[in-house]
Amino acid sequence: MSERTMPTTPKEWIRENIFLGKTIGEYIKSLITPWNIVAAAILAVGIPVIIYRLIYGLGAATHLSNINPWGLWLGFDMFFGVAVATGGFVMAVGVYIFGLKDYQPMVRPAILTGFLGYFFAIVGLAMDLGRYYRLPYPLTFSMGTASVLFLVAEHLALYLTIQFIEFLPAVVEWLHLTKIREWLYKIHIGAVILGSVLVLGHQSALGAVFLIMPSRLHPLWYSPYLPYLFFVSCLAGGIAMLVVESLLSHKVFGWQVKESDHEKIDRLTLGLGKAAGFVLFAYFALKMLALLHGGNWVYLKGFYGVVYLIEVIGFVLLPLYLYTMAVRRQSATLVRVASVLTVLGIMVNRFNVCMTALNWDAPERYFPSWMEIVLSLTLATFGVIVFKWVVNRMPVLYRLPDFPDEH
Amino acid sequence: MGIDRRGFLKLMLGAGAAGALGVAREAKANNEDFEGYPDSNGVLVDTSVCIGCRSCEEACDRANNLGKPAKYFADNSVFEKPRRTQNNEFTVVNRFQSEATGNKPVFVKKQCMHCNEPACFAACLAKAFSKSPTGAVVYNQDVCIGCRYCMQACPFYAPTYEYDRAFTPRVRKCTFCLNRISQPGGVPACVEACPTDAILFGKRKDLLKIAQKKLANDSSYVDHIYGQNEVGGTSWMYISKVPFEQLGFKMDLGTTALPKKTYGFLATIPVLHIGLPILLAGFYTIAKAREKSAKEHPEEGRK
Repeated sequence: MSERTMPTTPKEWIRENIFLGKTIGEYIKSLITPWNIVAAAILAVGIPVIIYRLIYGLGAATHLSNINPWGLWLGFDMFFGVAVATGGFVMAVGVYIFGLKDYQPMVRPAILTGFLGYFFAIVGLAMDLGRYYRLPYPLTFSMGTASVLFLVAEHLALYLTIQFIEFLPAVVEWLHLTKIREWLYKIHIGAVILGSVLVLGHQSALGAVFLIMPSRLHPLWYSPYLPYLFFVSCLAGGIAMLVVESLLSHKVFGWQVKESDHEKIDRLTLGLGKAAGFVLFAYFALKMLALLHGGNWVYLKGFYGVVYLIEVIGFVLLPLYLYTMAVRRQSATLVRVASVLTVLGIMVNRFNVCMTALNWDAPERYFPSWMEIVLSLTLATFGVIVFKWVVNRMPVLYRLPDFPDEH
Repeated sequence: MGIDRRGFLKLMLGAGAAGALGVAREAKANNEDFEGYPDSNGVLVDTSVCIGCRSCEEACDRANNLGKPAKYFADNSVFEKPRRTQNNEFTVVNRFQSEATGNKPVFVKKQCMHCNEPACFAACLAKAFSKSPTGAVVYNQDVCIGCRYCMQACPFYAPTYEYDRAFTPRVRKCTFCLNRISQPGGVPACVEACPTDAILFGKRKDLLKIAQKKLANDSSYVDHIYGQNEVGGTSWMYISKVPFEQLGFKMDLGTTALPKKTYGFLATIPVLHIGLPILLAGFYTIAKAREKSAKEHPEEGRK
């Protein structure tokens, strides 16, 4: 991989960098793998669904209604997707600001995951907007500055740009653009710090979105602490997602890393597990504080009480316990199990806030249509495909010998 | 890595202080009170006078060009189930009849309440909503991007959405007949059509006096003017002889204007913008200095 020579003609360059040194025929043949077939099947259904939604509108494609105007595309793509895409932020701050150099190998995959997570969250949002072609309006000439959602939009747009800048070194190294790389490294710390401000801002704002609906969100989930709950839980989700993502990418791209790195990844995974455990504990404490502060334990009986208890016991306390055990037994595997559970837990929480417990006393409940589910799945698949495409070409999991990390 | 007990405690203290700061700010946000435009208009609905003729629905339909209704306005079968506002029905009249109402039918007209401080206004990121000094909460379809946060924020479930329009869907709701009430002597179409004076149009402050007088003179009224204080006050207000909770009114809305629920949070954001970079730059400097000293004095090693 890394001993690749500089190609000379454009044709050679394309062959080397786009088709991984294969001829087009060889390249297409190499694409036929079980995973690619599954992905192709999802896209074969998903792309027509996207087109159908764009032509026939929300009414035809979704189960959204006047009572339940928000559904899966916001719950999954925006509220969940953005929450677990914070790994890039966690790693950038940890490595470049706090100087935790050990985690260097995880920075780039984390930032790439983060960038793609945000990008497809915004695509999902666009699908959900009645007039998607007006997406730039709030950021340009009709700014609703009193809106929490304005804050989210503004911060998301800026942070997407920041993540792009943070990932750009990998792109310019791939293209051997030494000059631009030097310049990028000069603005890098500034970008990381600005990015942190934006992450704190929009992650908490995503929780604050619900502050305006005290009567429409069930009391077990409604709390003045919502912004803080969302922020703390997104940190746990982001760290857990890092573990899951590094597990998967080292299964798939294992050939790109040296044998010794696998042991290192185990060690780093344990470190992340410890961090996730701490954050999850803080999250649990905050959640209990919200419950007790609001005097909402009276709602624990009944349907919503059960849903709430499943969320807290199954998806906060259980992974917290597993993280503790994992650190005590020094078991990276256990950290991975706990992380999968944590990521699922963030999904459960966001689904509860955004769907299950929302408009809970209304006469009509929401369940997504099959097209809503397929579309969300399609966007996630796109994310994985782009991730694979980039990792197969650019120095993400490894570093080129010409470009060691300067920080 | 490695975090000792003291470090952990410090971290927790910091997090706790930050949390307390944010929550305390919300409690103090009351000095931003807005009592509504002084001469704004309102409507007082007396549910004990309404006869359920649905003339208001018909007039509304005509005034807003909402098209032919599914069932003609004289058809009383619509009362079988409680209805809600729709894209082509900015107002609906519901019938309530139970032991609680003395088995007599009570009719309640529903529409946008035109809050003094509307949640939809604060929710909208594209500034599509405004509160007019006339009292109307006005929607501007030309800037709406269709996120439907206004619908999700509305405590009265009033706005509706044209999900069936693929390219140009709009939010729909009662306009308070802004074009009519902006004229001298103009009243909303529904008020004009009402044969029994169940809905009275006027200055909100005058209507409050009328309502208070009615309540004082007739003890059979429930001692509550719905909309006087709910979510900070609404332009449309109701009085009733049957408890409001029996008539489909939400009684858990509180008296705080809903936008205020978010001001506290929004106020912490500039603090974050200024404070966090300083903090992180500090951490960066410390990490760099440590690294430098570790290079210069390798024998001491790093913990």
